[in-house]
Amino acid sequence: MLRLEKRPQPSRTLSYVTPVLAVLITMVAGGLLFALLGKDPVAAIRTIFWDPLFGEFAFYYRPQLLVKGGPLILIALGLSLGFKAGIWNIGAEGQYIMGAIAGAGVGLAFYPLEAWWLFPLMVIAGALGGWAWAMIPALLKVRFGTNEILVSLMLVYVAENFLASMAIGAMKNPEGFGFPGSRNLQQYPSAHNAEIIAGTGMHWGVAAAFIAAIMAYVLMNRHILGYQIRLTGDAPRAAKFSGVKPARLVLFCLGTAGALAGLAGFFEVAGPAGQITTGFNVGYGFTAIIVAFLGRLHPFGIVLAGLLMALTYIGGEAAQSTMQLPAAAIQVFQGMLLFFLLAVDLLTNFRVRLDKREAA
Amino acid sequence: MDLGAINPLLLAASLMVAATAVMIAAVGELVVEKAGVLNLGVEGMMITGAICGFAAAATTGSPMIGFAAAAGGGALLALLFALLTQVALANQVASGLALTLFGLGMSSLIGQSYVGVKPPPTPDLDIPLLSDIPVLGPVLFSHDLMVYFGLALVAAVWAFLKYTRGGLILKAVGENHAAAHALGYKVVRIRVLAILFGGACAGLGGAYISLIRVPQWTEGMTGGAGWIALALVVFASWKPWRVLLGAYLFGGVTVLQLNLQAAGLAIPAEYLSMSPYLITILVLVIMSADRSAAPASLGRTFHASQ
Repeated sequence: MLRLEKRPQPSRTLSYVTPVLAVLITMVAGGLLFALLGKDPVAAIRTIFWDPLFGEFAFYYRPQLLVKGGPLILIALGLSLGFKAGIWNIGAEGQYIMGAIAGAGVGLAFYPLEAWWLFPLMVIAGALGGWAWAMIPALLKVRFGTNEILVSLMLVYVAENFLASMAIGAMKNPEGFGFPGSRNLQQYPSAHNAEIIAGTGMHWGVAAAFIAAIMAYVLMNRHILGYQIRLTGDAPRAAKFSGVKPARLVLFCLGTAGALAGLAGFFEVAGPAGQITTGFNVGYGFTAIIVAFLGRLHPFGIVLAGLLMALTYIGGEAAQSTMQLPAAAIQVFQGMLLFFLLAVDLLTNFRVRLDKREAA
Repeated sequence: MDLGAINPLLLAASLMVAATAVMIAAVGELVVEKAGVLNLGVEGMMITGAICGFAAAATTGSPMIGFAAAAGGGALLALLFALLTQVALANQVASGLALTLFGLGMSSLIGQSYVGVKPPPTPDLDIPLLSDIPVLGPVLFSHDLMVYFGLALVAAVWAFLKYTRGGLILKAVGENHAAAHALGYKVVRIRVLAILFGGACAGLGGAYISLIRVPQWTEGMTGGAGWIALALVVFASWKPWRVLLGAYLFGGVTVLQLNLQAAGLAIPAEYLSMSPYLITILVLVIMSADRSAAPASLGRTFHASQ
């Protein structure tokens, strides 16, 4: 008879081992899924995880790793602060959209002005757009005790509709021959989020992600606010007695997450995406939730997890074109990863004991 | 704009149809939450039910088999949630999200070969005599079977929670799992059953969308209905009849905005499409003032050793 025994403290070693274990189990289960779809499982896993890094066309895929990983890392870092304190912002996708609209909106408003200060101004607008959108669930939670999970999620659907109305309305390209979508910011030098070093995939959004990771690390480990976040997550009552103001924490965590998601949205629309279109958002806000957990809510873990998740996107696209693997298979793969991660977490918090006889 | 084109009677009739999917899913989630478990995966279970029901109905030609498959698919996905949260003791919020992400991916994977397929029509159930009543008859008594099933389900859940021993035990588990455990009730087993029931209901709700309301399959077609079902439970203060009220309110808003779009109101369609979500937020804000109705153990992990 197997019995679970709670560990006095979660095992540190295992908390590092379990994400790797989850990835391995996902590869096996994913392989089974691909086999079910009639594809060679070994070839599929190799196409997704090996070829983009070390294969023949790795020179093309490697920069993509940063392009796709950047927004995921940026969003997941913000989410992780809240998750640690038990504040669940699930609406990063909406904050990402609103940041993109705000940032791109500023750029489009000044078109065709060329000025050095335009891009920084757009960056600020992007962050503010995401921040403001996240303030809605934050303020409602602080003022009325409204559930932030549901409100932030509802706002994703509101933001998607707003994006659609912008793409075919106020922000539509006047020279676009009636097609929906804004002007392409890639063709507007002052507003373009270009690569910092050409051909590397390293754009300002990726740089921002790495800076944010370092800042998040400092915040969590060297700053009183980080301590308060951890305390609130571990022992909410103790946190209250030691003078942590929950309302302030809610505003800070949701606001930071919103600002970072907004930044990610802006850097994407001004860079790789180029324009505001109806379906310009591709679900980074939701995938970032997996990234945050896979990275153990730790800034450096999140960087690694973000890159790994980017790899599944890139490898997934490669597998789509070379093996005719359906696009949705990768989404399933990412979902499975979160499942297995949550399941193997059992080992971090509990010891599995084998009893000879069933004890009471 | 031509407001005269909006027929209030037709509006009332289509309101009942628009409300049914979220009503069935919400009343299932209500049972889950009454047992003290917060399953945020309703959206994932609904979309899984939508595609399982659609695939089964399109393959066999029988909507009834479709609905049965939808309930099965939803319950199967809920079983994963039950394993994660009740056996592996994983965080309920994270597990629910995992369920939604996984369900959305899985459904579009299964659904690929069903795009553009037409499901078998579900016949309307014209209740004899009652449906012949002028005005009220066509509005209230000539819907498909699932509309009445939804109403019956709400009544059954209400009666189960209020009048039966099983309902009492379920509520005890949700209010204080430690005490229920001490009294000898199998907390985990009861919760797993509640989770499976919730999954089956969410699956049925999803299939209602893909088989009757929008008889076709498109990726992500539940479009947040699962989250609205979750909000309905809060709105209803965990009371079954209020779920009905909330679902009709929500259905009314949905149908009205669609009618206004069709009538060519000067507001762009995108802004009208936002309205159900905005109304849901508004309702959540109003209802959040009173949190006393929530089951006391909601969302807390139970392990016998603690």
